[in-house]
Amino acid sequence: MGKRSRKIVARIIGRLWRLFRRWLFLMFTFGPMPQHIAFILDGNRRYAKKHNLKMGAGHTVGFNSLVAVLRYCYELGVKQVTVYAFSIDNFRRKPEEVKGLMALMKEKIDELLDEDTIVHKFGLRINFWGCLHMLSEPARAAAERAMAATANNTGPVLSVCVAYTSTDEILRAIKKSCSKKTAEGCLRFTGDPVRDGACSAIAVADLEENLDSADCPDPDILIRTSGETRLSNFLLWQSTLTHLQNPLPLWPEFSLRNLIWAILEYQRVYPYLEARRRSLAKKHN
Amino acid sequence: MLSSLHLNPTLNYATLNYSSTLLLLRGSRRRTRRGGANDSLVSTAHPARQYPSLSASLAPAREEERKEEALLPPHLRPESLPRHVAVIMDGNSRWAKARGLPSSAGHEAGYHTLKKMVELSCQWGIRALTVFAFSSENWTRPKMEVDFLMTLFENVLKESLGEFLREGIRICIIGDSSELPQSLQKLAKEVVDKTKNNTQIDLIVAISYSGRKEITQACQNIAQKVKDGLLEPEDITESHIEEELETNCIPEFPNPDLLIRTSGELRLSNFLLWQSAYTELFFTNTYWPDFGEADYIEALTSFQNRQRRFGQRIN
Repeated sequence: MGKRSRKIVARIIGRLWRLFRRWLFLMFTFGPMPQHIAFILDGNRRYAKKHNLKMGAGHTVGFNSLVAVLRYCYELGVKQVTVYAFSIDNFRRKPEEVKGLMALMKEKIDELLDEDTIVHKFGLRINFWGCLHMLSEPARAAAERAMAATANNTGPVLSVCVAYTSTDEILRAIKKSCSKKTAEGCLRFTGDPVRDGACSAIAVADLEENLDSADCPDPDILIRTSGETRLSNFLLWQSTLTHLQNPLPLWPEFSLRNLIWAILEYQRVYPYLEARRRSLAKKHN
Repeated sequence: MLSSLHLNPTLNYATLNYSSTLLLLRGSRRRTRRGGANDSLVSTAHPARQYPSLSASLAPAREEERKEEALLPPHLRPESLPRHVAVIMDGNSRWAKARGLPSSAGHEAGYHTLKKMVELSCQWGIRALTVFAFSSENWTRPKMEVDFLMTLFENVLKESLGEFLREGIRICIIGDSSELPQSLQKLAKEVVDKTKNNTQIDLIVAISYSGRKEITQACQNIAQKVKDGLLEPEDITESHIEEELETNCIPEFPNPDLLIRTSGELRLSNFLLWQSAYTELFFTNTYWPDFGEADYIEALTSFQNRQRRFGQRIN
């Protein structure tokens, strides 16, 4: 078969596959759909070791897997996806591995902004959560470019956690809350009892509005691949009612089948989760 | 994930009641508080410092530890046991409903399961146990159930004080005590005060507790320090926050190594949010009143087989 014929066949198969997906995803939308899914992308290195790939290749395969999963999520109508790409704890790894990851991050962020990627197809808005000043300069600049380029997009949101831990995020929210109260004059004794009395104590809502995830609803599902059952300092505050799942496949092996199973599991427990959310909302009102 | 879900139909309330009575009659040995010196082998800034089950694996074996091994089930290794276990005791009402009983029967059965778990934890060398008895969201439950639970907590504290003192159990109560009945608040303070010098095991009971409110309260305490001129906002660190959390009543092991949630629910439900950053989670389908020794061993075995990396690589 010639090269041209192979291309035509590949295009037809691609279209058929997209049609099949659209029909399949339509079936799902009859049930409750998660609006926000969070992923801990665990298992890239173990995948590379399993397939005898060189160091760093596992993360490249992992990125390709991420793009595919994001496409499926947005086709399913999921509005927010949050991924744990790089933790502050990961800086303690070997310097050459950290350097490699920073370079990969810069390369892949720039790639995402190219034409014909999911960013343009879905009108994605990209956020980066974490201490961006800890990243290498090229990676930090790439992240800021991506945020600026997609700031006005109105489609689904992709939040990438880099140089991030949840405890650090809460710490920064506490510092911001205290700084705000200081600026309002609430944390300095002014000698004016009316003014001192007018200040309210810092509340749960004050902290929430200063978190990186301030304008984002809490995740409905949190998936950690490779079978590990811990949060590793990811979205601790936000995941209080999140359905936690830990499928066995390593991140590069996480496929559409695993995503469908995750959503089916969520739909099974949805009535109970929704009752808990209503009870939590009633308590706060 | 499915391998960690477990149904144990053979254990029931009657079996637990009998075996828990036997275990109480056996009693437990007193031992002195360990830790501290060996923790210095791990750097201060490292998250593993607050997870002594990792650093304790470096401690030399001692006579006391060899005696403990004799009490452990055969395949559990003392050096790999968690030092601090947290439990979300979920499923009492569903357990009762499945048996055509009122929810109060479920809570009573749950209390007996807790007693047994404390006894086993003492025997096996677990140093701290935190249990989620009543969440701040539980106040929206029917008034009758809430009143029953408050009465149950009071009765348990009153009747068990002697046992806490005999067995060397130190009690800490965390949560928003201002919402509790006055009599329970007073009793809780008394029990905490009378058991503060006990050293066998620390039992933290979370009543009217919310992880988010705990962190917010810590923030308010820090804001007060800022107001008093003791701290500037930009100098606040994670250590300042940890010092203000209520789990700091156990300064040696404030963060749980293992968190067990029964009844098949797969979420944290606002429990120990900050403290669970690196905690291994274990979920089981078993309802809390049915959670017995075999289930506990399964949870500890699962913990033992996990590789804790704290974000690094272990080659």
